[in-house]
Amino acid sequence: MRETRYLRARDVADAAANIGQNCKLLAGGLALVPQMKQRVTSPKVIVDLIDCKLSGIEDMGASIKIGAMCTHDEVGNSSIIKTQIPALATLAAKIGDPQVRNRATLGGSLAHNDPAGCYPAAAIGLGAVIHTNKRDIAADDFFTGTFETALDQGEIIIAASFAKPISSGSAGYAKCPHPASRNAMVAVFVARMQSGVRVAITGAKQTGVFRHAGLEAALGASFTSDAVNEQTLQMSDKEGLLSDLYASREFRAHLMLEMTHRAIAATTND
Amino acid sequence: MTAVTLTINNKPVSADIADNMLLVDFIREIAGLTGTHIGCDTSQCGSCVIHLNGASVKSCSMLAVMVAGDEITTIEGIANAGNLHPMQQAFQDHHGLQCGFCTPGMVMSAIELATRNPNASEPEIRAGLSGNICRCTGYHNIVKAVQAGAKHLNPATDAKDA
Repeated sequence: MRETRYLRARDVADAAANIGQNCKLLAGGLALVPQMKQRVTSPKVIVDLIDCKLSGIEDMGASIKIGAMCTHDEVGNSSIIKTQIPALATLAAKIGDPQVRNRATLGGSLAHNDPAGCYPAAAIGLGAVIHTNKRDIAADDFFTGTFETALDQGEIIIAASFAKPISSGSAGYAKCPHPASRNAMVAVFVARMQSGVRVAITGAKQTGVFRHAGLEAALGASFTSDAVNEQTLQMSDKEGLLSDLYASREFRAHLMLEMTHRAIAATTND
Repeated sequence: MTAVTLTINNKPVSADIADNMLLVDFIREIAGLTGTHIGCDTSQCGSCVIHLNGASVKSCSMLAVMVAGDEITTIEGIANAGNLHPMQQAFQDHHGLQCGFCTPGMVMSAIELATRNPNASEPEIRAGLSGNICRCTGYHNIVKAVQAGAKHLNPATDAKDA
């Protein structure tokens, strides 16, 4: 790892004031520190947000607001989330491994936007709003490409609000995990929202999470496993899918369908 | 360089360190506690697992400066006056190790797992140890050891079974 300077911000304003050129924010570090070790990134300064009091999980009525520094373990075990959006708790409880979940955070995961990450699928699937120190950003506008987001230089995620589906059991998530990293080879988040059915897919494309219009239309007409098949999936889309050592694009296309079926099966009528 | 004091196994350890020093290097090189191992160095194998303020974490994926002032427990800190920790004893009793390289991390992860879920089923134990890799593939006896260790750690469970 190259040399770096570590700063622990007192609060968000202090963090924002210390962000300069070649600086990275540290929100758990489960992505950043390994990347620094591999010299994929070598920031001159890292600003730790751990003391910025960005914790807390709050039921806002139509949504649940989660502080950016809440760990995956906190989200996975939150009684509010387990009762209101159980699919979100299940998703958080299956990211990485227990040691990762004890440190890695919601804000870090959203800002990192790993193309195989789980949280981007929940944010898109539930039509989340990302709150920063400058503005609110709709999840649909937030994830802009491989490891890219709409965040400006110096912009810090404070919290994210996940809209509740029409009933607590009306969202489901299914992931085919990579055997080593437990990132998604393909994962699908489905949710019946007030605005209609949303389907978010992660792990399948190099560019990361995306909504699937064909699946949303089919499930909007009939929210059943029978409603989706290879035709709804529009297999002509296959060209855009990732193909690597672990899964060919044909296999990923198959997983998209299979994970959609499993995500639907994970929903309940509660 | 930054002056850092960590409390490791109830003893303060202070040093001036570079900000890019990994926590596992602080534990091994500065505190001299080499029971915490470096295996994969890519956050996957779990041989570097320690407890940070009571929660299990991978010390190869953190900087020492990040945890200044915090409480750390390593594998050397769990035995009590020469008596093995119940989880260590269970690993010995059930031959939950082969070459032993992964064992310190396994034991540290297993203690948290058993504390949080005293009645963990076999699938729950396997899922709970998903951050620890045994390259001897000795998982079978590790799972048995964790089940036994969980009972010793939680005598109430023991009594219920008896």
